[in-house]
Amino acid sequence: MNGFPVITLLTLLPVVAGVALLLGRPAGATARRFAVGAAFLVLLGALGMWIGFTPGDGAMAYVERHAWVPALGVDYFVGVDGIGLLLVVLAAILTPMSLLSGSLPKDRPTLYYALVLFLEAGLIGTFTALNFFHWFIFWELSLIPAFFLVKLWGGAQRDAAATQFFVYTMVGSIAMLLAFLALFLATGTFDFLALARQGQDGKLPEALAKVVGWSGLSGKTLAMLAFTGVFLGFAVKVPCMPFHTWLPDTYATAPTPVTMLLTGAMSKMGVYGFVRILLPIFPDQLRAALPVLTVLAIATILLASWSAFAQVDLKRMLAYSSINHLGYCLLGIFLVVKLNPAVGDPAASRAAIMNGVVLQMFNHGLTAATFFCLLGMLEERSGGLRSMGDFGGLRKVVPIYAGLLGITAFASLGLPGLNGFVGEFLIFRGAFGISPWAAVVAAPGLLITAIFLLTFYQRVFLGPLEPRWAKLPDMTVNERWLVAPALVLMLVLGVMPQLVLGVINPAVTQLVEAVSR
Amino acid sequence: MSILAWPIYVSFLGMLVLLLGNGMRSATARRVALGTMLLAALLTFVGAARYDASGGWAEVARVPWIPQFGIEYHLAVDGISICLLLLTAIASVVGVLFSWNIEHRTRGFYAFYLALIGGVYGVFLSRDLFLLLVFYEIAIVPKYFLIAIWGSTRKEYGAMKLVLYSFVGSALSLAGIVAILAMGWRQLGAPTMDLGVLGNVNWPHGFQLWVFPLMFIGFAFLAGLWPFHSWAPTGHVAAPTAMSMLLAGVVMKLGAYGALRTGVALFPEGLVAWQGTLVTLGVVGILYGALVALVQQDFKFVIGFSSVSHMGFVIIGLLTLNRYGLSGSVLQMFSHGVLAGLLFGVVGRMVYDRTHTRQLGDLEQMQLNKYLPFAAGTFVVAGVAAMGLPGFSGFVAELSILTGAWSAFPGVAILAGVGIVLGVAYTLRAMRRAFFTDPPAGASEGGGHELPPITIQEKVGALILLLASVVVGLYPRILLDYIMPSVDGLLATMAKGGAL
Repeated sequence: MNGFPVITLLTLLPVVAGVALLLGRPAGATARRFAVGAAFLVLLGALGMWIGFTPGDGAMAYVERHAWVPALGVDYFVGVDGIGLLLVVLAAILTPMSLLSGSLPKDRPTLYYALVLFLEAGLIGTFTALNFFHWFIFWELSLIPAFFLVKLWGGAQRDAAATQFFVYTMVGSIAMLLAFLALFLATGTFDFLALARQGQDGKLPEALAKVVGWSGLSGKTLAMLAFTGVFLGFAVKVPCMPFHTWLPDTYATAPTPVTMLLTGAMSKMGVYGFVRILLPIFPDQLRAALPVLTVLAIATILLASWSAFAQVDLKRMLAYSSINHLGYCLLGIFLVVKLNPAVGDPAASRAAIMNGVVLQMFNHGLTAATFFCLLGMLEERSGGLRSMGDFGGLRKVVPIYAGLLGITAFASLGLPGLNGFVGEFLIFRGAFGISPWAAVVAAPGLLITAIFLLTFYQRVFLGPLEPRWAKLPDMTVNERWLVAPALVLMLVLGVMPQLVLGVINPAVTQLVEAVSR
Repeated sequence: MSILAWPIYVSFLGMLVLLLGNGMRSATARRVALGTMLLAALLTFVGAARYDASGGWAEVARVPWIPQFGIEYHLAVDGISICLLLLTAIASVVGVLFSWNIEHRTRGFYAFYLALIGGVYGVFLSRDLFLLLVFYEIAIVPKYFLIAIWGSTRKEYGAMKLVLYSFVGSALSLAGIVAILAMGWRQLGAPTMDLGVLGNVNWPHGFQLWVFPLMFIGFAFLAGLWPFHSWAPTGHVAAPTAMSMLLAGVVMKLGAYGALRTGVALFPEGLVAWQGTLVTLGVVGILYGALVALVQQDFKFVIGFSSVSHMGFVIIGLLTLNRYGLSGSVLQMFSHGVLAGLLFGVVGRMVYDRTHTRQLGDLEQMQLNKYLPFAAGTFVVAGVAAMGLPGFSGFVAELSILTGAWSAFPGVAILAGVGIVLGVAYTLRAMRRAFFTDPPAGASEGGGHELPPITIQEKVGALILLLASVVVGLYPRILLDYIMPSVDGLLATMAKGGAL
């Protein structure tokens, strides 16, 4: 059962590399090369896992399981199904991209690169862990590098933003911890798969009532409370409105390569948590709270895209846009559990919506990271300016940049033929089948996104050219090579989504069947 | 297992060597102290390795002392004792390393230090109730002198307050012991102070109702039970660094250990009756300590109040009466012992001894992350561990305590969770202000300047403590395999009386 420990190695590799950087303290450029090398090794490993992966019936692959603290129901239990593997690959792609984007940080570059590597380890660890104890370790530990990356290298207000980010996430995490401790008391295990089985069989309420003797609260209420605790933990991370207020400040103030990772991969930790943990363990509770949650998801979609439209700072605009894009994922996750959907074939709708959610996770990660990467290039050339009003008519001086950024923007707004379309299409197709009114109310979000992205493009690249930008250099060869793979993927996945769908579909189908009984 | 008695003797022997070595140079005194503590630690580790966890209690030494009252010189260990002996071993060695820079009357300092450690080892080994109190009192006396002579802010006041509180607490315990002796004599027909025998006695319910709080609160004074805690921040701040380390790290655990062995273990019915009141005090301590830490301007006071907050977790764990809470409590004793040592080491030894200020307002100007990067890095890791972040010992301990609390008093679990979040807040605040504040825009170099480098002794000491926390955090079985069987055994004994 325990084969070659691929996952453990893949998780440890960035840690070891980071520690080597801290101890060896090479000069900036060498540190960068070393970090990129380590990140490329991780990417190779992840791609190897992808190629060697047989989707089969959706079971976990590359499993490693060892007893760790039996007295506390804790095992070292890791594995991936198609969904987890997809996110591991995403993290593996984005990390070298982030490391190579932008110029060398002026202050303590070695520490910077070590922290990015630690963050990557935290991401991979979270996407592969199957026991709460060890999952929580990576979940929390990834906060530390993120905190310092924002705090030490960020822009204005970085101190407040980093602290807000950390404390906010911690509050959610503690709520989640308390909930899981109650679950452990009730079931004797921290194993996600075992807890999912119990949750789906409806055994949690009575198990909780037996052990958490609390002023006569019924098992159902206790289960709801546990659900709320876990929900909060993930809702802060995605984020789901109204727990999103930490995000625009943090994304805007973080150095752009860090924002790439925050939006590209770290936010997916939250969505993945919904998919891997909340949904399988608490399907009944999710169903009970569905009306409220649907409203929250729709609010996230609409209000975030509206706020994005109102922004002048380009980074803040993209930050709100991220919230909006992940709102579609949330909508999909919540609607999956609805019983007796209105129209059409429920199984097909559910499969579609969940496939859409997972695809959207990957596609948004890729697109948003590329978008920020390109924005970062503009920010560097303009000496830190990144307001829409500062630019205009840039297409005349930097046509290649305008073209590549244009493709990315169109992928982000979901133009058919590019990757962003597929995920959103599947989500809406499924949503129409399950809850037409929700789909109808959420649809304007797509329209608003299109409007603000086109407005952004028009104001920055079209129109009259200001003289101060007349000498703006276009993308260098290195920069073009940097974004090329991502852009190629955007095109390929736009026309051939089955490359990914084939891998994730079995796991998605299994999940959907399990939670909609 | 008689090897485990030797750390006591070795410590006192070392103390004698220092006392008699008139004219000894500081450097020699330090080496004697370090050698003694290393030897004691080695003996402890060997004894721990030999201990068989499934065997329950293991005898170490037993000699009649005052037979008229059933008092013996009786030493024994179970898994819980081993855990705390290991803490003492580690902390005592690191404490010597962190006080390597003391030049004023070094010989006297270390003589008192070794006496204190000898007393501490003795408490954790005692299986005779009277002997436990004797060692406990032996440990109090050196504390006074160590703070009053080698301390800093308001040292005489701090020393006096600490010692007075300790004496009042032990007076309560002494009263309890007398009552136990009398009632035990009546129940058994013969006097005894053997904690094992006393644990099996069927104490009358009414008796338990007033003796339990006497014993528990008497010892919990030293554990920082709110509202009897105020000696702790004052005392810790006044004390020299190694003393703060030991006070917060080890001596507060003497109180918790005493409360466990003499209150919880002997009088379960009394505990059940007083559980509500005491757990309220415990959780108030968690929240109060955290809130007060959040507003402190003195860096050391932040850590001092955080100790009160962390000990609150130990106390509520002791009151849960289930295996998770109790083992979590013991684990937290170890974890906080190590982490408090680390935090005081950074604040007191690394920062204060160089900057001569502990005011966060002053430290903000000094750009310490640039001039003391090792201290900054160590504080980040220690702070994060103290917050209860997973991967370190504090997380496993808190996880276990909270699990136990869910079962026993769920509302408290939620309040304790709030306490954890507050811990994040005050740690971040102190960390930011002390180490990571940038000079105001426009100031060319800020107020920072070169500071003496961190010595090898400080680095080694910090790394030892850090390693201990990480190892236990990632592989908790290393201690839980000792603790849990003993906790189960303890609960079984307590259940026989029918209280549980």
